[in-house]
Amino acid sequence: MSGPADPIRLPPEPPPKPRLWRFSGGVSPPYNKTMSSVHETTVARLPARLILPLHQHIGEAADPLVKVGDQVLKGQQIARANGYVSAPVHAPTSGRITSIAEYPIPHPSGLSALCIVVDSDGRDQWRERAPLGDQFAALEPSALRNVIREAGIVGLGGAGFPTYIKLNPGHDKVIDTLVVNGVECEPYITCDDRLMRERPSDIIQGLIIARHALQARQCLIAIEENKPEAIEAMRRAIEGLENFAVVPVPTLYPQGDAKRLIKTLTGKEVPSNGLSMQIGVVVVNVGTAAAIYRAIYHDEPLISRYTTITGTAVAAPRNLEVLIGTPIRELLEQCAADSSDLGELIMGGPMMGFALQSIDLPVIKTTNCLLALARSKQPPAPTVMPCIRCGACMDACPVNLMPQQMYWHAKAKDFEKTQEYNLFDCIECGCCSYVCPSHLPLVQYYRYAKGEIWTAEREREKADLARTRHESRQARLEREKAEKEARRKAKQAAMPQDMGQQGREAKQAEIQAAMDRARQRRDEAIARVQHQREPTPPASAAAPDGSRPDDDHQT
Amino acid sequence: MKLNTPTSPFIHAPITVTGVMMRVILALIPGVAAYVWFFGYGIAVNMVLAALTAVISEAVILRLRQRPLRPYLTDCSALLTALLLALAIPPIVPWWVPVIGTLFAIVIAKHLYGGLGYNPFNPAMIGYVVLLVSFPVEMTSWIPINTFSEHSLNLFESIRFSLFGQLPAGVTIDAITSATPLDTLKMHLAQGNTVSEIRAQLGLDEETSRLLSVIPIFGAIGGKGWEWVSGGFLIGGLWLLYLRIISWHIPVAMLGAMALLTGLFSLINPGHYAPPLFHLFSGAVMLGAFFIATDPVTAAASPRGRLVYGAGIGVLAFVIRAWGGYPDSIAFAVLLMNMLVPLIDQHLRPRVFGHDR
Repeated sequence: MSGPADPIRLPPEPPPKPRLWRFSGGVSPPYNKTMSSVHETTVARLPARLILPLHQHIGEAADPLVKVGDQVLKGQQIARANGYVSAPVHAPTSGRITSIAEYPIPHPSGLSALCIVVDSDGRDQWRERAPLGDQFAALEPSALRNVIREAGIVGLGGAGFPTYIKLNPGHDKVIDTLVVNGVECEPYITCDDRLMRERPSDIIQGLIIARHALQARQCLIAIEENKPEAIEAMRRAIEGLENFAVVPVPTLYPQGDAKRLIKTLTGKEVPSNGLSMQIGVVVVNVGTAAAIYRAIYHDEPLISRYTTITGTAVAAPRNLEVLIGTPIRELLEQCAADSSDLGELIMGGPMMGFALQSIDLPVIKTTNCLLALARSKQPPAPTVMPCIRCGACMDACPVNLMPQQMYWHAKAKDFEKTQEYNLFDCIECGCCSYVCPSHLPLVQYYRYAKGEIWTAEREREKADLARTRHESRQARLEREKAEKEARRKAKQAAMPQDMGQQGREAKQAEIQAAMDRARQRRDEAIARVQHQREPTPPASAAAPDGSRPDDDHQT
Repeated sequence: MKLNTPTSPFIHAPITVTGVMMRVILALIPGVAAYVWFFGYGIAVNMVLAALTAVISEAVILRLRQRPLRPYLTDCSALLTALLLALAIPPIVPWWVPVIGTLFAIVIAKHLYGGLGYNPFNPAMIGYVVLLVSFPVEMTSWIPINTFSEHSLNLFESIRFSLFGQLPAGVTIDAITSATPLDTLKMHLAQGNTVSEIRAQLGLDEETSRLLSVIPIFGAIGGKGWEWVSGGFLIGGLWLLYLRIISWHIPVAMLGAMALLTGLFSLINPGHYAPPLFHLFSGAVMLGAFFIATDPVTAAASPRGRLVYGAGIGVLAFVIRAWGGYPDSIAFAVLLMNMLVPLIDQHLRPRVFGHDR
């Protein structure tokens, strides 16, 4: 095909080994990944009923666009994003809306929230689709972001941050590196591993799109060394692409935490409280990248994902491609889980996941893993001993905190001190609890301390609001008093300085002043009583024209 | 069906307080074996007495404090305290010495401060110092190595002396006891001899020693016999480092500080100051560096804090040895640094990820 003048395409050189940095701490728990990673992903059965929470992401819950009884098509938007930090929800299959009500959702709180229930009609019929395809390159980054937003794409690694916001660093920031997180450092989880092995080109296509949206210089695909097949597959997929590199990173939990990963790859630390964009880096999960590709090249919104179903209670652990909203019960059945022996059901990994209260909850966009642990195979609960100050927690902390000091202060309810020890830098990765020889539930103490501090802050804000209201009301009363006094003075000054009438005038002024004082005292008394009863201004404080002074509400 | 909802993490490393303490106890084996080999069974008798006292007193106190017995008795922390204390006591002492020391360590130094995890001072060292200031005669009657003792007590004789104060017929207590190498060095230095003279006179090979009827107190590196005991504790300590039961900071800082100071002073005035290796392999330095200073409860917490804490012990130990009234000094150095731990922990925190300082 190529003429003799064309350069001969050489086989790709082995990539140079990039320099890596090391973050302090971390642990190496047993990974237990092969039980699910050796099996090819299968598509889960179409469930009869799907439960779609309106809040599956970080930010505001979506607003329903449908009502009970509506027929919907697969991929149809059924709830729209509500505000900047939000994401829409789409129907994962065709069917009928049978309920819009509160249902228990998979959330650490165990609470219920508004969900849309879709009863499948079994036809799985798509809405009309108009894929952008290669035209995306002609789109402005902002238009591209909008397509991604409308597709309901959020971070699939676990946090669920709306992806289009990540792809919008703002005009003042230059993004140098797009990091693709294929680390998957939590034990048991293998959905990203399987996705990289099975659909590497989807991921790479998604990355090309994301890189275009960010105008990033280079793209680094980070994969833990314990996934050689994924590394190989991704290396083959980036052949011939410039400024794309697959970087194997050491197997160490929590290597997959974005800030730790950025440190490993670039040596730079994202400032505390800051965003990775500030140092020119954006991190997206491999699943998110694949979802971007599906949205652009197939006009498919985020309605399904890879989920690992594994654990000691599961006889046939593997990955399933599941529709968002599928009840967990059906997935456990498909993987031959023994529900009668189910002790704990965890969404996410064993280090940072949370326990679900029931198997009837649905899969949501962030459900990367369902870990079903058999009651009969759980080790007995360990005895919690006092802290022996051994410092194992400190050596394990990837944030370089002093977990044992924070524990002592949280236990003593000295929350100010916990903040002095940078409590809010804690990522709750669980390394400290994992290594504690005394088996102290350290992370739980930090969550408790954070919760108490947040509550106290809300209380303080409320009190501050009340105080400013009170102060502005006092200021208004003072002002009115001063104005009245000025009016009286002006009136007095305007009176003729008749010598004969002077005595009477003076007397009248005195009477007037006494009456004013009396009225003021009464006003103040009323004001005091009113203020004690309710913070709204009393009727006597209304302006002469009947309108109320509005300064009370300006705070 | 409602499921259990504990909080993350849901898995745990296979490690317990008992596991930590038991490994430290196992790590004592090489040093203890050398001790028994060179100095007889007296130390073993003391260890058993201290261990029994520790377990019984711990149980009684736990009952009085209405704490559960099982988890705290099986955590082995009281046992470890007792064994470390016994290793600091001369091998030939009456039974009440290890018993009183252990009682003080467990009841006063540990439980009156709140029990496991709450004591600010190393209980074994408190017990040792109480014994040292209360019973100076018993606490400074050490013995030479077996082969040079007029009579080395066997196991039965050791027990009999400990419990009833009876020695075999014809053997006096003075005949079987002697000063430690550090004590001897200090004494002879005070008399104006130089380090090399003292070590040459009292460190002859066994045959010459016998001919001249002097007891060879000094070996190739430190005290005869003692250098092997120290070596045993060093091996046990390295095993603990390998297992990551202890971190390297405290032993390295402590031994480094001692080596640096002794090296510096022996360079300036070799006649008056013994060289670094002699110091490191004499007395309780190795035991102290790997087993006592590393007691997690009473040591500093952060890596930098551990370095300061360890170095502080090394410096104090050298200062007391060189210019203080006691020949050895690890216990005082450890207790003095225990006092500074809250201050060290307060000021030497690690730089938190993403923070400038």
